[in-house]
Amino acid sequence: MKLPPGRRRYGSVTENMLHLVLFSVFGLICVAGAINLLVQTHPINSALSLVVVMGSLAVEYLLLGAEFVAAVQVIVYAGAIMVLFVFVIMLLNAGAEERSKGSIVALMLGVPGMLVGSILTAWILVKHSGTQPVALGALPGHPKDIAQLLFHDFLLPFEVTSILVLIAIMGSVVLASRPESIEKTKKEN
Amino acid sequence: MVPLSYYLVLSGILFACGVTGFLIKRNIITIFMSIELMLNGVNLSFVAFAAQWHALSGQVFVFFVMVVAAAEAAVGLAIIIAVFRTRETLNVDKVDLLKL
Amino acid sequence: MSLTTFIIVSVIKIAIVLFILLTAVAYTVWLERKVVGRMQNRWGPTRVGPFGLLQPAADGIKFLFKEDLTPPHVYKPLYIAAPIIAVVCALTSIAVIPFGNWVPVPGGGSTPLQITDINIGLLVILGITSIGVYGVALSGWSSNSKYSLLGGLRASAQMVSYEIALGLSLVGVLILSGSFSLREIVAAQSGHFWGFIPNWNIFRGCQFIAFFIYLMAAYAETNRIPFDLPEAETELVAGYHTEYSAMKFAMFFMAEYANMITVACLASILFLGGWSGPVGGPPIVQAILPVFWFVLRVVAFLFVYIWVRGTLPRFRYDQLMAFGWKFLLPLSIANLVVTALVVALRA
Repeated sequence: MKLPPGRRRYGSVTENMLHLVLFSVFGLICVAGAINLLVQTHPINSALSLVVVMGSLAVEYLLLGAEFVAAVQVIVYAGAIMVLFVFVIMLLNAGAEERSKGSIVALMLGVPGMLVGSILTAWILVKHSGTQPVALGALPGHPKDIAQLLFHDFLLPFEVTSILVLIAIMGSVVLASRPESIEKTKKEN
Repeated sequence: MVPLSYYLVLSGILFACGVTGFLIKRNIITIFMSIELMLNGVNLSFVAFAAQWHALSGQVFVFFVMVVAAAEAAVGLAIIIAVFRTRETLNVDKVDLLKL
Repeated sequence: MSLTTFIIVSVIKIAIVLFILLTAVAYTVWLERKVVGRMQNRWGPTRVGPFGLLQPAADGIKFLFKEDLTPPHVYKPLYIAAPIIAVVCALTSIAVIPFGNWVPVPGGGSTPLQITDINIGLLVILGITSIGVYGVALSGWSSNSKYSLLGGLRASAQMVSYEIALGLSLVGVLILSGSFSLREIVAAQSGHFWGFIPNWNIFRGCQFIAFFIYLMAAYAETNRIPFDLPEAETELVAGYHTEYSAMKFAMFFMAEYANMITVACLASILFLGGWSGPVGGPPIVQAILPVFWFVLRVVAFLFVYIWVRGTLPRFRYDQLMAFGWKFLLPLSIANLVVTALVVALRA
């Protein structure tokens, strides 16, 4: 495609710099939140760091142009699923983790193993990915276009996941209820 | 102007943190949260590749991942509540026998 | 419009909107005390200034000077963070709400009377409302006291349950307008039909059931009577903000009223036609008059809020949850199905 003279293919200098700066800042927040999840002992702190990770991931999605996915990430993932986690942690009120023999062994073996594995994978990815740069807002994910795909090409997975959610609702209601209340409901009917 | 490999490395780091959390944590709710972290890392990969190949189905697939994660979180937490009621502990090292 | 003009205009808009919002929060409290007082056949605040109009200022000074007590048994980081989360979420959602048409800017160009026009504006508001639940839940948890924990759990469960009915009641409006952007939703409601009836979503779009679902879900979301069990004084001392005093309590208070105002603004935009109304006259009047019509609708909605507060008793918790899940949710889904069918059959 022939561009007018002076016009870069992938956007102006300030736009590219802004993209890199925003990506780095929110990427660092993501990684910091993920490491904080591992380091904290009380599950409520881990849950809140995970909420921070999800929020900064929503910004990363916005940088890639996926606006609807970013909104759904905040509404569903950070605003509903994590609220459920925080709710259960508050309800069960179990307290911070203690150190035990099993946990120290896992720490000694797990962390170095994961580090080695991930450094290897990252090196392979960066060396062999053969990928191009991605522009700011590369693929605008307008709700209209996503809806077009979701309800035409992906109709079967959509219907199947709705049945999955229905089964999950029924399952969690039964699993989380007390045995006495099930007996009471059976007696009433 | 961010190379795609940067997004993939970020996604990989999140996934690696998720796996590490799954291996080293003893509280079952934190293990669950590490699974959610892994799923989030994978979502980032999907969206990044969708942006690169200009295929919107990558973004649509993120919905399905989120829906499955929601269903799994709901049922998993219900199971955790049921386990807590009988065992009175959330430490996986202590829930290692079928007998109470 | 150049970058510097854009930045300056945006900063001015943010400053003006925040100032107006905070003043509106203070005077909504005044309005509530006056209206509820008159409904209960008493005066309400009359001493401080004419008609008690300086009462909010007096309250603000009182909150600033009150002793800010931090009990020793609380979990400090979350105790301080919870009111911050509540207030930030309440004040941020005003950023995508449009107040009027485009106005010309000295220095060239024009700017909308809205801080930013995101094309997923409605989803942004729903997302911020979802994050606001954390302020309530964490305040109950961090206070380390049984009333606070119970109040926090109940309040967050109630908010999460009614968020679903809130969101679903808005989908009918979205189907009719075809866009998530709030400005385009208002634009879809311009004009009249049958000569004189305005084209609002509540009339032409037949979304009156959705309007009432939205009304009830909004009362539950903002923890107002008849759904204010989690913070009622006779039930749980003060629920999730029992252990808070002075400025932190004032932040929860402000957050509740700012949420009320945001909900009222949203209802005016989605169901009542936004800022449509007779306009005319010189250009300065033409810029201000739509804002006046918008504010009129918002004040009417707030009056209904306060009216309901003065009139109805509160629901018991199991009645509240049953109402949200077993009545509002199926009704909003039915509204969605009927709206979708009608729109599909007409096209």
